[in-house]
Amino acid sequence: MKRFTDLSWRLDATTKTSEKEALLVDYFRAVPPGDGAVAVRILSGGRQSRAVSTTLLRTWAAEAAGIPDWLVEECYAHVGDLAETLALLLPEPVACLGTGAATEWGGLADCMRGTVDRIRAEADEGRKRALVEEVWRGLGPAERIVWHKFLTGGLRLGVSRTLVARALAVVAGVEPAEMLERLVAARLETADDYRELLDPAASATSRRPYPFFLAAPLDEPPAMLGDVAGWQVEWKWDGARAQLVRRGGETALWTRGEDLVGERFPEVVAAAERLPEGTVLDGELLVVRGGRQLGFDQLSRRLHRKAPTRRDIAELPVAFLAYDLLEADGVDLRAEPLCQRRRQLEALAAARGWPGLEPPMVGDPLPSPDHDSEPFLLSPVLCPTDWAAVASARATARDRGVEGVMLKRREGPYGVGRTRGEWWKWKIEPLEIDAVLIGAVAGHGRRAGLHTDYTFGVWDDGRLVKIANAYSGLTDKELTEVDRIIRMTTLEKKGPWRGVTATLVMQLAFERVAESTRHASGVAVRFPRIVRWRRDKSPAEAGSLADLRALVAPVETLPPLPPLPRLIPPPGDRQTRLWEEDE
Amino acid sequence: MADLLVVSDAGLYCPAGDFWIDPWRSVPRAVITHAHADHARSGCDRYLCAAPGKLVMRSRLGGTVPIDTLRYGESTTFNGVKVSLHPAGHVLGSAQVRVEHGGQVWVVSGDYKTAPDPTCAPFEPVRCDVFITESTFGLPIYRWPAPEIIAAEINAWWRANQAEGKTSVLLAYALGKAQRLAAMVDPSIGPIHGHGAVMKLVRAYRDSGVRLPPIDAVPARAKRVGQGRALVIAPPSVAAGGWLRVFGEVVVAQASGWMTVRGIRRRRGFGTGFVLSDHADFPGLVSAVEATGARRVLVTHGSSEAFARFLRGRGLEADVLATRFTGEQPDRDDAGDDDDVGAEADPDVPGPDMSRPDDGAAVDSAPRGELP
Repeated sequence: MKRFTDLSWRLDATTKTSEKEALLVDYFRAVPPGDGAVAVRILSGGRQSRAVSTTLLRTWAAEAAGIPDWLVEECYAHVGDLAETLALLLPEPVACLGTGAATEWGGLADCMRGTVDRIRAEADEGRKRALVEEVWRGLGPAERIVWHKFLTGGLRLGVSRTLVARALAVVAGVEPAEMLERLVAARLETADDYRELLDPAASATSRRPYPFFLAAPLDEPPAMLGDVAGWQVEWKWDGARAQLVRRGGETALWTRGEDLVGERFPEVVAAAERLPEGTVLDGELLVVRGGRQLGFDQLSRRLHRKAPTRRDIAELPVAFLAYDLLEADGVDLRAEPLCQRRRQLEALAAARGWPGLEPPMVGDPLPSPDHDSEPFLLSPVLCPTDWAAVASARATARDRGVEGVMLKRREGPYGVGRTRGEWWKWKIEPLEIDAVLIGAVAGHGRRAGLHTDYTFGVWDDGRLVKIANAYSGLTDKELTEVDRIIRMTTLEKKGPWRGVTATLVMQLAFERVAESTRHASGVAVRFPRIVRWRRDKSPAEAGSLADLRALVAPVETLPPLPPLPRLIPPPGDRQTRLWEEDE
Repeated sequence: MADLLVVSDAGLYCPAGDFWIDPWRSVPRAVITHAHADHARSGCDRYLCAAPGKLVMRSRLGGTVPIDTLRYGESTTFNGVKVSLHPAGHVLGSAQVRVEHGGQVWVVSGDYKTAPDPTCAPFEPVRCDVFITESTFGLPIYRWPAPEIIAAEINAWWRANQAEGKTSVLLAYALGKAQRLAAMVDPSIGPIHGHGAVMKLVRAYRDSGVRLPPIDAVPARAKRVGQGRALVIAPPSVAAGGWLRVFGEVVVAQASGWMTVRGIRRRRGFGTGFVLSDHADFPGLVSAVEATGARRVLVTHGSSEAFARFLRGRGLEADVLATRFTGEQPDRDDAGDDDDVGAEADPDVPGPDMSRPDDGAAVDSAPRGELP
């Protein structure tokens, strides 16, 4: 516990990646394997369930500190981190910091089992509280922060999974990419799991995905990419990137955050049973209904549904749109050129009868709604004769409900990470409007104590109506300056929120505007961010609601809901349960 | 009964005595709590401050403007209003201003701390009817460790850097904190150097009779000054410029009350922060308010709303007093002023962003969108 707390504070004390890596390497070498498994799990962002609600922790801490609840909230708004706020508020520990109780629990694994798991397992609130208070008495503020994060499952130490993998790779003496793959699939419960993770000669885990290859944004017209014939051009879909791994008679569906999401999309997993053994597909999860793909908003409803009902599946049927084949017959194809992989993918699609999906233009007749029940689709390749044709295809992207076009070098391999030059995403230009800053709340983490989470409005009939919250796009220096102006121009405060006099105008970019009944303005903007601070503009010169309404995408009329599909006898027990639940 | 002190355009004003306390504009008669720039501005006709702070005031204001002084506890009268000054423990010569007239006693705290400081007289509570208190750190998360603990931490950090041949740079405000640090650390570890802005006030402190260890100025155009063994005390603004180059490899840390909060420390871009403030922590503020016996408390600076509400919850009549000292120094200029003490406003304001230049791009590249 002490060792891990020290590590977390040392990581906090440096802003250099190389120093962080060195600290991790030292730690992983020295830590007992049982603790190592727990530490890797925590460091690489593995989610843990909450042992006690934050509401209860706040109440208990307020009473222990002898301050009213509202003052805890004031402090939280100022500190921007609940675990830290409570750690700072609690009375001084009885034992001396760093020498007392923290060592009693010995290692990290013991601490997790001895305190966190016990508190989680305790059903009685009074006894839960007694356990929490006992630990509080023994820990200093620095250790309390880390321990609170164990309790609430929210520890972030400013290290990425990739950095953890790099450090582990040094310790194990393997390639970082190999370690990243192991890390994604590792179980990390016991000392043996940790030893296996670090085994210099471990064999491939069966359901592991490949690291996703990412496209770099194309900022200039693509003429500099050479002959268009050297490039495979596809639509850039507005879904969720995913890999489908079919090995050892099992199917694993991974999203780019490297979450296993199979149970959320049983229709895809069930259909994947029919794929040949040793197949890995790269593609996109999309909701397809009425013969066309719906936007990410619809998909996100399914992504959030851990155990979808039959009705969810009927209303928002999800398909896996394949665009790359990474493994066939158990052979890693990533080093093959894209054109070769595409030929094999097309052959697979033809053999399985997967249709292609053309994103229709608004107003076009819709293609066959047969696609609706098809869990596998093939991403079509556009065949432009020159770059101008690519540009005109891209120009139709917004009307087709896609984000732009993808350019992939035909002779290129499937790389690792975001190697520039192989894959480009050429997105449509964002929509923009000048909006007025009307309020703000303080940020978190590095932005603690600074008002950096802004609310923007545009003019409507002489009033400013809220249209968006935006957080990103300004430099650190600008953030500090805006914070000061917000403090000087505060009109009203509601808890952490400050409403301000209209003085600041920012140019906002966003992907789409849609009608919304859930927003007072009547419109919802997607993915708003700040392009620049318009110091040259006064609030009176900012945009209006009418300007914004003019950008609203043509209404995406949903076709009527098809009748619920007849039950197909499902292949696995789990699917049986899922499907029967709704009966 | 009319209020003895009111906030006018020029600052905190006593109508009965016709004088101002820490005015932010030129006025005929200014009573000054202490010499930090947001409290002591130049341009007034006549100043009154505590006697131990006269040389510091002179070093700040320069010139020949008349500076009258009172010893701590000694009083004078303006138009029949009795005025006396009492130690505030903030920096050398810092004072609380006690104002008595028509049977009412008001005390203006200025900036103060209740923790011990070898370079200035300790805070003394003064009984009063109305207490105007600062609340820079008016949230209960702010509780200072004992200064001996911080001194030990700094000494250990200095030794560890020395062992690696690196110069230790402590960023601290040139007036007050810098001298306090010099007096706190163990001078037997190695040489101590001070930035020019610090040295100017080191001289004023010494001339006022404060004992400080040997501190050397930094020669211009030198190389590896201190040979990687030195402790350098400099104002925070030097972190941005090239001034530190003369020391070779350096490790930079800041000493401030804000270092309590991880997020603030990280934003400033320094690995290490020492929790050391010349302001009172939350328990210090509460005990100071209690010790005055005041039934009415006016709160200014920092977390004033929260602290006033907290005091009301304890049965006091407490309100926020809007002054120019409030909050985060609206007139402060952050941009690389590395020269003069005059550039500093409130030493403990969470102010200039000291992130390294390579951190300067957009902070959060992944925008959080609003899902319709």
